[in-house]
This record gives sequence, structure tokens and C-alpha cells, in this order.
Amino acid sequence: MKHRELGLTDEQAISMYRYMTLARRTDERTWLLNRAGKIPFVISCQGHEAAQIGAGFALDTEKDWLCPYYRDMGLVMVMGQTAQDYLLSSFAKAEDPNSGGRQMPGHFGDHRYRILTGSSPVTTQMVHATGIAYAGKLDKKDFVVLTTCGEGSANQGDLHEAMNFAGVHKLPVIFMVQNNQYAISVPLEKQVAGGSIAARGAGYGMPGVSVDGNDPLEVYRAVKEAVERGRRGEGPTLVETISYRLVPHSSDDDDRTYRSREEVEEAKKKDSLFQYRQYLLDHGLLTEESDAQIEAEIKKEVDAATDYAEKAAYPDPSETYKYVFAE
Amino acid sequence: MAIMSYIEAVTLAMREEMQRDSQVFVLGEDVGVRGGVFRATDGLYSEFGEDRVLDTPLTESAIAGVAIGAAAYGKRPIAEMQFADFIMPAINQIISEAAKIRYRSNNKWSCPMVVRAPYGGGIHGALYHSQSVEKIFTGVPGLKIVTPSTPYDVKGLLKSAIRDDDPVLFFEHKRCYRLIKGEVPADDYTIPIGKADVKREGTDVTVITYGMMVHFALQAAEQLEKDGISVHVLDLRTLVPLDKEAVLEAVAKTGKVLVVHEDNLTGGFGGEVSAIIAEEAFFELDAPVRRLAGPDVPAMPYSPTLEKEFILNPDKIAKAIRELAEF
Repeated sequence: MKHRELGLTDEQAISMYRYMTLARRTDERTWLLNRAGKIPFVISCQGHEAAQIGAGFALDTEKDWLCPYYRDMGLVMVMGQTAQDYLLSSFAKAEDPNSGGRQMPGHFGDHRYRILTGSSPVTTQMVHATGIAYAGKLDKKDFVVLTTCGEGSANQGDLHEAMNFAGVHKLPVIFMVQNNQYAISVPLEKQVAGGSIAARGAGYGMPGVSVDGNDPLEVYRAVKEAVERGRRGEGPTLVETISYRLVPHSSDDDDRTYRSREEVEEAKKKDSLFQYRQYLLDHGLLTEESDAQIEAEIKKEVDAATDYAEKAAYPDPSETYKYVFAE
Repeated sequence: MAIMSYIEAVTLAMREEMQRDSQVFVLGEDVGVRGGVFRATDGLYSEFGEDRVLDTPLTESAIAGVAIGAAAYGKRPIAEMQFADFIMPAINQIISEAAKIRYRSNNKWSCPMVVRAPYGGGIHGALYHSQSVEKIFTGVPGLKIVTPSTPYDVKGLLKSAIRDDDPVLFFEHKRCYRLIKGEVPADDYTIPIGKADVKREGTDVTVITYGMMVHFALQAAEQLEKDGISVHVLDLRTLVPLDKEAVLEAVAKTGKVLVVHEDNLTGGFGGEVSAIIAEEAFFELDAPVRRLAGPDVPAMPYSPTLEKEFILNPDKIAKAIRELAEF
């Protein structure tokens, strides 16, 4: 079985599925809440779950660092955040651990789990990842830093500056580009010359690998190798995960204006949740009953999280003025 | 007490802080073996080694961004921009990231870094080696902005900047580097960020300024003393946070105020100082507040006739003071 060949236990393989499902159901809940007028904004991870969970499982969540981007709900959950954390952020409540309700959803940051606070301008975080890795090198630590972005963002200068810097100084950074075929409305062929993000690694002195982003085990394999390279002091790796954004860019987007329903339906056939579920069923790690059990548990968790977040307090208006500088 | 140049005080402050705190490190273009194009990091490479005096690729956004990541991790980076003019590619990192990290994370993350940048003209640096860039940042909450004028202030303020828990932009007037010399104590003193300094007591006209213009104002004051005009010179030293109390006190000393800076007139920091005086010290005034600043042209031209026309000098300042005195 593939997961065992990769060194994953059966329990881990099932746990991956559980995280993927948790991320999907939490995401679906936020769309419902948005359409019901209860939360102002959704930015989605649907179609990215396999890439994120596969990558997250390759990290040591006790010491490695994450500089994520706005779709990384699955990744931050593997690092330690919960559905409740996500919903607190969606409802912009004071207890939102990322920002105390200051930032839009998807702007992760959690000191408890070494998830660096992020912004909206894309790929700035990849340079920060390089800085954290440099600091780790100064302190002779063996952690690695995973940082992520989309394929549209991969055209930003900051990613290239970060890859070059990390390449020159052989820093343990894993640059993971989650290629979902669209930068809002602009398709891959109008974003990425040559069509391959992975090919860009060579220019910066690092391996660039392209993997099926709908297969959590393939992503795990690629990121695990990158982590090991990083820990051995062999420098950074560029990993491109290929998948498809199953929903509009955000709750304010309408993807019917730029892609056909047939195309989306075709992509849904390769949805990682179905494919990986089938893998687990085929190998007897999951049954219809145990799957229903997982779904029921997750529904309970997401319901409780929604309930808690909806009832939680907003930040006091006086919070507006706090923490411009150290107090 | 040793007499040293402005730039020697920069080097000394960094050396002492690097000796005191192993978390402090320097990064930038040519800061290592070469010791900086202005020699600000002279001797640091041999004393502290290449890891703590890091020659980076030629990438300002990464210099700032790597410093931000390292600072968030817990280091105390000092990032050198070779010329303030070249801070432009790093502005996204400085404004979108460094300035907002504490605020957007609800105080969970911070960014204790210093960005040092030589600014200002009068050295035949033309459009792109002469600019004053402080006004780009003074309206951005979350950044502290320091603009010292003397070697004594440089050492005390740079040490405070390095120890500060928030990002500090430390603008060094490059014409001061070798021209301005002064006494610098050998002991480990600091000057608090946010405190202005009266550089000359006077009773007729108050000049409020910073950087190289402090010296021009003092020379103008010398000239005018012979004619019986007594000039009070307040050196702001720090633009953000502004020492408002010192500004209001300086206004009350004379009732006539000239605000001087080399940065362009429109949008320059003098506008903010003037507005504060208009709002809070109107009844202290015996004449309208006057501003004297660089003209509203894109930057300082190369040809000596054009450069001379752009830049302020003691005569131009003396003329403006005389007009105010006669009002």
C-alpha cells in the first residue's frame, strides 16, 4: 500500500482523510454562512485539501514553521488550528486567534503553532520564510519552513527574490506553489510562461518538482523529501502541486463569467476527497460505516464551532487603537 | 571623549550592539567584505563573521523581507539599504508587512528590526542617489522614523533603534557622514526615540528641522546673530513618534516658526508640523508658520547648477529667517 511504502501508518492515512474532510466541511459551512448573510467573506480551500494535508503531514508540527497563504485552511489545521479558530475568524470575533478580528478570513497567523502572521499582498510571506530559515541557520536549529502561494502569485518578484536568496544561502525552505489553474479569472496559460512553475526551481539552484495535487500521498512524498533535504542542510526545494480550484475565487467572485460548467464538472471527478476516500475503501482502511462516523463527528465539530463563533463577542471598539507599537 | 564622524558613530553603535546582543545581525548589499559602499559596516565582518554580517543578493525587497522574517522569529536584524532611493522595491515589505505585523496579529507577533538608509543630497548623486524618502513613511502608522543630525545622536538613537521592539527606519543623511564630526562618549548611552533636542537657544525666530538641515540652520543662526537676530533651533531627531511637546515649547519661545526640510515641500513632514502648530499653538504665533523645503520637482538633478538650485543652504535659510524676523 502506497501510504505504508511512504512510511505512513494506517492511522496516519486515515487521519489525513479526516483532516481533508474537516477542511472541506468547514469551508462549505462558511459558504452557507456567507450566503445566509451571516459572514461577509469567504476565501476557499476547496480543491487544495490533498496538497495541504499531504504537505502538513510531512512537517514536524512541534518545530517546523509555516508561512501560509489565504487558501491554507487545511495546512493550519494540521499545524494545530481548529474549525472553531477558523469560524471565529470568519465571524471576525475578538477570540479569532489569527488577528483578534482585525483581518479577513484566510489571513492566518498563530504564534502557538509557529504560523507566521500574513497579509493580502501575495508572496511577501515567502521572503519572511527565508528570513525565518536564515534565523534558524544562525541558531543552528534543524527546523524547516514551509511557505505556500498560488500559481498566479508565483509571478511576483518576492517569490523569485526569496527563492534566489534561499538558494544562495542553502536555507531549509520549501516553496510550495498550489497550482489551481486560475488566478481569479486568468487561466494558467496567461499567467505562467512555459506552463511550469516547477521548472523555475532550476534557475535558483534548487530541485523543482511537480506533483499531483489531488493525491495527498504524492504531495506527502514530495514535501517529505524536501523536508529531509532541508534538514540535511542541502537547501530549499520548489514543489508545485497541480489541482483545480473547485469554487469561485472568493464569495465575491462569479466563476461562470470566465469558465464553463463542463470544465468545473470534469475537474470535480478528480476531487481529492473522492479519490482518496476510494483509496482508503479499496484498502479496507475505511468502510461506509466508519466514513459516516467521521462525517458525523466532523459535522458535530463544525456545528459546535459555528455556534460558538456566532455567539462569541466582537472586539470592543477601543481595540481599534491598540498595538500599533509595543504597549 | 572621542571626536568622531557621523558615519563612525553609525559603525560604533552597531559594533557595540552586536557585542552586547548575539541576536543582532546586519544584512545588505556589500555590507560584508567591503564594509559597505559608504563603509558603515567597516570592520564588522572581520569581527563578527559572515553569518552576522551578511552580504545579500541585490534584492531590496528580500533584504527587508528576510529581516522581517528573522525579526518575527526573534532576531534583531539591521537591514541596510545601500541608498534610500533604492528602498522603493522594499516598500511593500516595509509598509504592508513590517508596519502592520504587530497590529494585524493583535500583538501576537512583532517586528523588531532596523532599516538603515543613507538619504539626502549635496554629493552629486543626482536623481537616484539624493532623495529624501521620509515623507513616504511618516504617514504609515506602525513605523518609527529616526533622522539624527550629529554623531552623538546617531550613536544613542541607533542603539535605541536596535533595542526597540518595533520596526525603525533609521535615515542617515549621507552628506553628514564625513562632514559632521562631534564628541561621542565611549559609554553605553542611549537616546530615547521620540525626543527632540534644542540645538540652539534663541528668542526671535524658531527653526524646526532635522538631519543635515540642522547644521545649515545653525550656520544661518550664526550669520544672523551678527545682525542681532536670535534664532532658536529645534532638532526633531525623530519624526515618528513626534515630540509634539518640544515642538509646542519651541513655538512658544519665539512666536515665529520656520520649518525646514530637504524633502519636497508638498506632502513633506513640515506640513504635519505646521498643522500641529496651527491647531495647538495658534495663539502663540506672531507670524504665519513658514515652510522652507526642497522644490516640488521629482528629484535633485546632477548638474552642479541644478543641484545647487534644488538644495537648501545656510544662505537660503538665513533669508527666510530674516523675513520672518521682520514680519
